[in-house]
Amino acid sequence: MSMILLIEQLLNGIQSGLMLFLMAAGLTLVFGVMGLINLAHGSLYMVGAFACAGVAAATGSFWLGLAASIAAAAAAGAIVEVAVIRRLYARDHLDQVLATFALILIFSEGTRWLYGSFPLYLNVPPSLSGSVTLPGGIQYSLFRLAIIGAGLLVAVGLFLLIGKTRIGVQVRAGEADREMIAALGVDIGRLYTLVFALGAALAGMAGALVGTIQSVQVGMGEPVLILAFVVIVIGGIGSIKGALIGALLVGLTDTMGRVLLPSIFDLFMETSAATSVGAALASMAIYILMALVLIVKPGGLFGARA
Amino acid sequence: MADTILDIRGLSKSFGALKATDDVSLDLRPGEIHALIGPNGAGKSTLIKQISGEIAPDAGEIRLDGRSLSGVDAAGRARLGMARSFQVSSVAAEFTVLQNVVLAVQGASGATFRFFRPVMRDAALLDPARDCIAQAGLTGREDVPAAELAHGERRKLEIAMALALRPRLFLLDEPMAGMGTEGARALGDLLDGLRHRAPILLVEHDMDAVFRLSDRVSVLVYGRVVATGTPDEIRADPEVQRVYLGEEA
Amino acid sequence: MSAAEITAAPTGRGGRMARAQIVNAALALGLIGFGLGAWAMGETFLVTLATKVAILAIAGAGLNLVLGFGGLVSFGHAAYFGLGGYTAGILAHHALNYTPMFEWPVLFEGTTSMPVIWLVAMAVGALAAAVIGALSLRTTGVYFIMITLAFGQMIFYFAISWPAYGGEDGLPIYVRNGFPGLNTLDPIQFFGLVVALLLAVLGLIAMLARSRFGLALQAARQNRQRLMAVGIRPNGVLLAAFVISGAITALAGALYADLNRFVSPSMLSWHLSGELLVFLILGGSGRLFAPLAGAGLYIALEHLLGGVSDHWQFFFGLLLLGVVLFARGGVIGFLAGGRKHG
Repeated sequence: MSMILLIEQLLNGIQSGLMLFLMAAGLTLVFGVMGLINLAHGSLYMVGAFACAGVAAATGSFWLGLAASIAAAAAAGAIVEVAVIRRLYARDHLDQVLATFALILIFSEGTRWLYGSFPLYLNVPPSLSGSVTLPGGIQYSLFRLAIIGAGLLVAVGLFLLIGKTRIGVQVRAGEADREMIAALGVDIGRLYTLVFALGAALAGMAGALVGTIQSVQVGMGEPVLILAFVVIVIGGIGSIKGALIGALLVGLTDTMGRVLLPSIFDLFMETSAATSVGAALASMAIYILMALVLIVKPGGLFGARA
Repeated sequence: MADTILDIRGLSKSFGALKATDDVSLDLRPGEIHALIGPNGAGKSTLIKQISGEIAPDAGEIRLDGRSLSGVDAAGRARLGMARSFQVSSVAAEFTVLQNVVLAVQGASGATFRFFRPVMRDAALLDPARDCIAQAGLTGREDVPAAELAHGERRKLEIAMALALRPRLFLLDEPMAGMGTEGARALGDLLDGLRHRAPILLVEHDMDAVFRLSDRVSVLVYGRVVATGTPDEIRADPEVQRVYLGEEA
Repeated sequence: MSAAEITAAPTGRGGRMARAQIVNAALALGLIGFGLGAWAMGETFLVTLATKVAILAIAGAGLNLVLGFGGLVSFGHAAYFGLGGYTAGILAHHALNYTPMFEWPVLFEGTTSMPVIWLVAMAVGALAAAVIGALSLRTTGVYFIMITLAFGQMIFYFAISWPAYGGEDGLPIYVRNGFPGLNTLDPIQFFGLVVALLLAVLGLIAMLARSRFGLALQAARQNRQRLMAVGIRPNGVLLAAFVISGAITALAGALYADLNRFVSPSMLSWHLSGELLVFLILGGSGRLFAPLAGAGLYIALEHLLGGVSDHWQFFFGLLLLGVVLFARGGVIGFLAGGRKHG
């Protein structure tokens, strides 16, 4: 296990963690402020990726595509919030789960109808293609570095938004006491739509960025959605800080686990057994991590409410 | 002190810098109604929750029939005979009155993991349940879903459930809340009769009821008990008047 | 009948109970009639379809116990379904290949006997539910939903990464396992067997609902604080329900594996967990026969709409959304009326 490979995987872990953070931040905000569990978040990720692919193909510009992904996801989020989601705030969790599960079916099948089942591919923009030499002589993909940068920027932006702006104050107050902010004259309907659209925009952006590294296809949002849930359970529902730390933990555990566990087992098992045991355990590693966190802290690491 | 049912010594609970319960000592003797009064924010609900087992105190101890309750959760205390009613009536809304009380009888009996016999045909549970329903004054309303009961009837349902626990004591949290004059009178008469079954620790705001029914009154202010005595003693206590009753008068 | 109405039994409201019982009987007879009718007309495929409905109804019945009666939104019940399926598959696999499963303390070479497989599957399901339930019940609300989802995923990923039993490709079962006295390869006989099991499971659940345990379970759903206040710990009751539920759903999984002669990792997917929830809401959560009504409706729609359009799930999504927003009581709520809850 070379040092270079290790550092590369470490960076990959951070990169995937930051993209997960984009997903988790939206989810945790929506739950923290509106008390709503939203399974359709993965669909918004998918919408962003498809919008980026579509616009990039039509215009030849990745950057236009990226802008389109954020706009399209935000718009889709706003529409869904007004049409469906706002009827669910007063309902119990089961209803929210089922209704948003229905939305997944609608979005997925609708997208399949429009685009078919085959994956689309996005090209990395020329300005960000190729690799860069990092201190220590390591070659790393420039695009992935850009993603890390984007993720960090978003994190800083969110912290500033929530911590320093008026909207942020309304969001934090809404998390603490929903009825109170309505009584104080805050337009709840608009605030909720805004929060939902913001979460959607983040998801769409993540979809476009990850879609460029991997591929764009129907259902791409679902594994990410579940990971995002694991992240906010670990981090604590309603906490952006928890979402960041949780996402980094999950991203690193997943990436490093896949790399390290087979090697660890190789030390005292024969290679083929080591690979299968290692791979199987690696795939479960995140969930084991989640279970451990919940045993020790049932509300998550930074959870305010259970 | 050998025959006090409930003995609370030096109970303290803080939430951060806020001392919600400050070295509280109280007791409850057989046959008595002991009222606990105090202005809003005095820490009455925190105290009740520590007695019922929902919150663990930071210091001090609570003894029921001489045995320490530390480490015993709310369900355990209920089984030991601590029967509680809630400020906002807490019942199983979809169940009928009879089902609710049968549930309480079942809880008291300790045998919940029975899977075969239909519970609502089990005379061992039905008979005591109907009895408690009668004592609480709800005969004839057995088959009404709890959600359809009037406010006062729901209060009585909680009393019936408390009776079903074969209580050593009653812990009642503002039973008069939301009751009109007629209803409060009737409920008061009911409570008056209950004291001989088991003593009552009564948290109340309704001063008429407090002074009419109680044998002793304790006054809680900012988490401390500032006075304990007979209603007349409390009424006459200058400190209490200043701190609390002065605002009422 | 709704959960609370079942428990209220002798003192229940006559009119409403009778209507619900008629609906239930109609559903049961409808299923049996459909299967027999299809067999009489030689439509083997439809008999198999009816068997699939019955099996999914058993799976849903397991979930109904914890969700409809206990109020726990388990989003990971596919775990037990899949574990039951894999148990059946692995036992049969070893028996057919004459490879021992283990040699100590006693030589065990697998089995192709259905009753044995069912018992083992139910034990596995119960054990998994005990562990997952104990951990999950430390949380409530949304955390609970997500943690059950996550545990389901964990088992799913484990199954696809473990190559010994097929991994991603799944595990075929080359013969149909045997039941004494029956030719289980005959679709109508297998159908009859499954229907008998379904009715037995529903009967068991009805009995549990009427029992002391059932009373406490439904109280746990309505008001945990009150349950504590009468001296019963909600988590004990809920965990017991979870374990029984896991066993029932695992039984369904074993039957499903036998029906298809194939164990697919998709039996463990969260889509299936979602579908089980969907059956219950379509049928009317908390109603005894909801799993049958819901599974029947779903399979019927899949079969009929699927024939019309490849994108039937789009329309199904719209339908589901409509039901959740506007027709919360499900099929049985619509037909039988009565108290809505859950």
